This record gives sequence, C-alpha cells and structure tokens, in this order.
Amino acid sequence: MFETIFVDAANWLRNLLISINLSPFVVEVFLHVVKMVVILVFVLLNVMWLVYMERKVSARFQCRVGPDRNGPYGLAQIFNDVAKLISKEMILPTHVNKKMYLLAPILIFAPPMAILAVTPMGEGMAAVDLNLGLYYFVAIAGINTVVVWMAGWSSNNKYSLVGGMRAVAQMVSYEIPLLLALVGVIVLTGTLNLNGIVDAQKSAWLIFTQPLAFFIYFIAAMAEANRAPFDLVEGESEIISGPYTEYSGMGFAFFFLAEYANLLVMAIMTTTLFLGGWLAPFGWTFIPSWLWFIIKVYFVIWVVMWMRWTFPRIRIDHLMNLAWKFLVPLAIANIFVTGLAKYFIGI
Amino acid sequence: MDLRQEVYTLNLGPQHPSTHGVFRVLLTLDGETVVDATSVPGYLHRGIEKIVEDRTYAQVIPYTDRLDYLAGMLMNWGYVLAVEKLAGIEVPERAEYIRVIVGELSRIASHQIAVGSMASDLGGLTGFIYNFRDREYILDLLEMLSGSRMTFSFMRIGGVASDITDEFIGKTREFIDYFPKNGIEEYNNFITGNEIFQARSKNIAVVSREKALDMSLSGPVLRASGVAHDLRKVRPYSVYPHFDFDVPVGENGDSFDRYYLHILEMEQSLRIIEQALDNLPDGPIMAKVSRNFKPPVGEAYAEVESSKGILGVYVVSDGTTKPYRVHFRRPSFINLGHFDEMIKGWKIADVIAVLASLDIVLGEVDC
Amino acid sequence: MVNQNKDLLAKIAARHPQVEIAENGQIHVPVNHLVDFMRDLRDNFGFNYLTNLTATDYKDYMTVVYNPCIAEQAEMLHIIVKIDRDNPQVPSMVPIWGGANWQEREVYDLLGVVFTGHPDLRRILLDSDWEGHPLRKDYEWETYREK
Repeated sequence: MFETIFVDAANWLRNLLISINLSPFVVEVFLHVVKMVVILVFVLLNVMWLVYMERKVSARFQCRVGPDRNGPYGLAQIFNDVAKLISKEMILPTHVNKKMYLLAPILIFAPPMAILAVTPMGEGMAAVDLNLGLYYFVAIAGINTVVVWMAGWSSNNKYSLVGGMRAVAQMVSYEIPLLLALVGVIVLTGTLNLNGIVDAQKSAWLIFTQPLAFFIYFIAAMAEANRAPFDLVEGESEIISGPYTEYSGMGFAFFFLAEYANLLVMAIMTTTLFLGGWLAPFGWTFIPSWLWFIIKVYFVIWVVMWMRWTFPRIRIDHLMNLAWKFLVPLAIANIFVTGLAKYFIGI
Repeated sequence: MDLRQEVYTLNLGPQHPSTHGVFRVLLTLDGETVVDATSVPGYLHRGIEKIVEDRTYAQVIPYTDRLDYLAGMLMNWGYVLAVEKLAGIEVPERAEYIRVIVGELSRIASHQIAVGSMASDLGGLTGFIYNFRDREYILDLLEMLSGSRMTFSFMRIGGVASDITDEFIGKTREFIDYFPKNGIEEYNNFITGNEIFQARSKNIAVVSREKALDMSLSGPVLRASGVAHDLRKVRPYSVYPHFDFDVPVGENGDSFDRYYLHILEMEQSLRIIEQALDNLPDGPIMAKVSRNFKPPVGEAYAEVESSKGILGVYVVSDGTTKPYRVHFRRPSFINLGHFDEMIKGWKIADVIAVLASLDIVLGEVDC
Repeated sequence: MVNQNKDLLAKIAARHPQVEIAENGQIHVPVNHLVDFMRDLRDNFGFNYLTNLTATDYKDYMTVVYNPCIAEQAEMLHIIVKIDRDNPQVPSMVPIWGGANWQEREVYDLLGVVFTGHPDLRRILLDSDWEGHPLRKDYEWETYREK
C-alpha cells in the first residue's frame, strides 16, 4: 500500500484534473508544477535535516553532544540558524560586481534542483523520465563550477579569487574521471536513462560489477561536491571561505544550504548509479522502494560525513596529481576491461 | 594567444582563522606558490617589558602568564629563575619538585595545542577536539592548585604559591595512567598515521641542522633538525638532573618531525612527572624572601626550556623594589624569524601547515 | 653561574686582551673589537648559537647584551657592550649568527640602537610610523596608573 503512495497520489491528481474537463496540456503543465514544488520541498527539508545531521554526526565524532537545547534533541536548531541568517543584513561591499555577486547565490540552487528532476526516487518516481538522464546529469553538474566562479570573481577579494580558481581547476579536473567512470556504467547497462540504469541492476548492483568505477566515481563526486578531504574551494583554514568569504546573511545561507543540496544530489546519484537505486536488497520488498532509496542515500551521506570528520584536507597539487595521474588512467583502464568483458562474456 | 602572467600579493592576516592569533604575513604569490613572504608581527604587542619596569618584582609574575598563555607555568618559571639567579636565592627542594610537576603538566597541555592545531590547520578539525578533550584534565589539575585555568601565576620568587595536595597527586597519577593509552595512542592513530596528514607534512619546509642553529631556532623546531639541544639536559636547571628521561630528536627537520616531536616529548614529560611524584621530598615550599624584596645591583640572564623552545629572561636590578629592565627572549618570536625563508616555494596551504608546525603563540611573539 | 668554565674564560682573556672579564663571568667588550671577538668565538670556540640579544638604557649610556652558546653543550657567555647613548651604533651580528636578525630589529624598535650592516633594519613590533623608542628611560607616554 505504501509502495505506490506517491504514484497513486499523482494519478489521483491527474484524474481529478481531467474530470473537471481541463485540456490534457494544462493538466500536464499543472502536474509538472506540482512535481517541481514537491522536489523543492523535498530538497529543502532534506537540506535542513542534513545541516542538523552534520552537526550531530560531527559532534559524535568529536566526543561532543552537538545541539540539544533547541527543541527535542536540538531539532529546532536549524530553524534558529536559518532565522538568524535571514534576519542578518546581507552586506554588499562597494568593490564587488553587484549583478554577478547577487546572482550567484540565487543560481547556486539551480543545478541540484535541475538534477533531481530526472532522478527516480522510487519505482516509477522520476519527475521527468528523461532518456538522456545521465548525460543531462553530467551536463548540469558542470554548471555548478560557473556559479562558484561567479561568486569568487565578483567578490573582488583575493581569497575569493583563489577559491574560485581552485573551484574551476578542481571541478574541471574531476569531471573527467567522473565521466570516464560513468562510461563503464553505460557500457554495462546500455542506457543513459536513469530508470533504465536502476532496472539493469536487478540482477547485481553496479557497485559489485563495476567496483573500480564506483571507487573513481565516489572520489570524483566528493571532489565535485566540495566535501572534505577535497574541500579546497572553501579551505577554511587557508583561504577563509573561498568564494563565499564576502557573503553574509541570506547570501551566505544560500551557499551554505546549497552545499548540502549538492551533497544530497551526490548521494542520490551514487545510489542510483551504483547502489541499485530504489531496488530492495535481499528481496525485502516489504519496505517501499522510495524508503529503500532514502535509506541508501542517507547511508552514502553518512559515509561522506564520516570521511569529512576524519581526514585532513588534501593540497591542491596533490589533488591535481590524484585526478590526472591516478584516476584518469584508472578510469580508462576500467573502460577497456569493461569493454573486453562485455565483448567476450557479454554480461 | 599570449597569456599575461604576474605575481600578486595576498595579505594573510592579521584576521585569519589559522594564524594562531593576530599574526600577519604578506605573501607574494605566483598562482598558489609563495614567491616571497614578509612577516609582520606586533599586532598583540602590549609593551610588557615596559609595563613591568613599573611593577615590583613579585608583580611581574602575572604578566609572564600572558606571554605564552598556553604554558603559563613555564613562563612563570623562566622569570622567577632569573630573579632567583640575580638575588642568589636557594629554592627549597620540594618547591623545585612541584615546579617540575606543574611545569611538565603545562608542557603537555601546550604540546596538545600544538598537535591539535596542526591537525586543524590541515583541515582535520576532529584531531583538534581530541586534544582539547585531554587538555581539560591538565587544566583541571592546575586549576586545583592555582585556582586558574591558564593564567596561573603559581610560582613565586623563592618557591611556589601553594603546596600540592594528596587529591592532586592522586588525580595526576590517574592522568598518567589514562593519557598514554587514551590520548597519545589516539593522536597517533588518528593524526600521525593519516596518509593525507603525512603527505601534507613530510618533506615540507625542511630546515637543515646548520640553518636551524644559525637562525637560533629552539625547542621542538630545533630538535626536529637533529640538534639535541634541550636545556633540561644540556644545561640542567632546577632538579632536572634527578630525573631519567630522553630528548627525542628528529631526522629530517620537516613539518612532520616538528609535529611528531611534540608527541614524543609528551611521553617524556609523563615520565618526569611520574618520577617527581615518586620522589617528592618533604619540606618547605618557599625560601625566605623578604616582602620588600630588593635584589642586589646587577644583571642576570637565565633560561628555561619552555614548550616552544628556550625562554630566556634578562633582569637588571638597580637595587630598588622594581626591576630596572626585564627582557624576555621568547622562543616563538625567534622561531618565527625563520618563517619567511621556510615557506618560500611552497603553496598557500603549506604556509598554514608550516606555521602550525612552528607552534607559535602570538602573546609570546609580540610580548 | 653564567659560566662555570673558568678555563674557557681564561682562554678567551688570553686571546683577547681588550676584553674585560668580571668576577661573575660577564664579559665586557669594547664596541670596536666586537665583530672580531664574536667571529673568533664562533669560528674558534664553537659558539654556534646566539640565544639572546638585548639592550638596556642606563640614562647616560646604553649596553647591548649578547648570550652566545654552544649547541648541545652547557657553555653560555654573557657579553656586555657599552655604547654611546646619543649615537647608539653597534655592528650587526647577522653575518655571524642569522638568529640575530629579528632580535636586532626588536632592539632597534624598542631602544633605538642602530645595528650597522643589518640587512633589513625596520621596526618590528611597533607601527612603522611610531615616534620614539619606548624602552628608553626618558620615553614619555600616557598612563592611567599612578607611577
């Protein structure tokens, strides 16, 4: 009964709209608007939860308790945080490029939102079932760089500039191993449709058939999402806050929350591509597919947080070496081996 | 296309999360690589050397706490040692033992900050918190004695302010049992053994033995370059000859050695404290020092091995109740003098790592 | 206490008749002989480590104090150089011991002693446009505490 709860709800809404004699086009537009709003709410709720979760997880790693004063278990902490950030003045320094400076925090939310439109969050639960879903994901994810660079450049601050340059160097470098790792996935599944990729994992999750690709993808995705040990773009002990140094109030809050939105996207894509998406392991289908999806996503997020609170930050030249001298050759080798296996064994 | 390249300057500090206070360094950068650097200390200069000329000898002690506020006991010690040398005061043996105990506890607390801030400056904040967790034990112990967590003002000219209690001894022994297993081992597992940490610190900013001596570096920074110059061994003061301990020495003189010596020295300090507690003699804790204390005319210079290096105190007396001139040879200040040279050719991120490995305290640098 | 090694002091006295060694082991060196004396200490006596360098204002003259020592050994000397207060000039020790660099800058900053031959003699602790040298005894400043 819970399995199809969201799909049923969408169908019910569609039937309702058709029954009041709206044209099919209007119905579809309306449904898409509803889906967009649902995704927006989903992202915001998750992001807020993630902020709280990161505080609690980091506290546990550091022998602390974490927030526990606001509301039960400190759950209201995030509302206080956001209220504080919203109520503060967003300082507009005189030396910034105003248009770009103000545009960057608004645009920073666009890529994660756009990506989430195509990800299947349960059986038949993709807002848009795009045939080129994977291609679309890679294309949109790259836009993030532009926005971060916008923030870094327009701030007209040297720390921001260094952070922005790091963002470009790092994200461009890691896009390549990320893409090459995904080629192995595409070779095995034979599709770019994210639903199709999940379906293709019914016999075996891709993390088992493509362990190397998973490894490369996971590292590259962490670098893309600016998570420690690859959080050089922010690098708070070196370049203050990188591109976000000059931002305050709401502008800062947007970047702060977008970081978690990106983390969410990264975990969702990892789950979809390698961990079987919404597929239930061990045939435990009594748990609905969308809940399985959430569980897997949060497991990935937990691993990422674990790494963040364990590792120190890597240095920029080590980071580049890792991408170009280690991950790229490895990813190419992976494609080669996968191709051979596909040709000879025909998995 | 012809790309125009040029270097740019980055003003790192005085407000920066990782300069350990208000240290400023002007970096000339080529991309991320440091071409040139100019350190600008002085933002925390309070003129302590001038202020103390207007204080009586005993009133100077609280000011010394504010030099290296992470190891206040050792700062007290440096000053009282110089005054005792000037006036020729014999300190009772029990007081010397208490000084060793609190001094070594202070040294461990200071080294914990060094280890923790090295981890946090490399981006691993968790290691920092682990060190702070264990540092609380020491601060509690010292608070039990002096009533203060960091600015102890515990030592007096001719002895110490109060005797240690059985409770203190018991708690200190508990700490000695607790710390190697739960503290040092965890730091080693968590920070020292981390691959990224090693990649970030090994072979970074190597200081040769000759250079280290030439630049008057001291403390772990000097010993990391292979010079076994620890005043507790080479020119023992107080009752250090009574104790059996080693002076750990580094091999490469890189950031990693500078960091790792702190951990090794913590172990040696524990050994010293244990021996001091075992052999604690009975007796008075203060020498007879007149309330209206006037040392004879003259000057004296005495040094102690503080946690950051050699703390020297130069005192000139004109026979009145106030010192005519007091000079502090602050180890952080002189170690920092080599910083500009050390970071040339390294990346911005290394600037922070090297600064952390030097383990400076701005209260001491700027005096 | 500064130096227990009487032999060493005797040897130094024999090589440098210009210097005066006080009862308590403190060595008084004339300014014009300072560089030769220090260089000899480093090259022939092994004093490879300058631990401390400072100065004092005695109202009618000034002294600069050096404490060289030998690494990994107990030896430490206390060398006092008397200089003219109105024209406080003393040769820089940076060519001999690099560690003198910041210490000499500090002494210059706070006491106004000019170290001739110093590669970069600027103020270090105080602002570059500060007037006067605070550790001099005649320095006037505002205070809120009765003296």
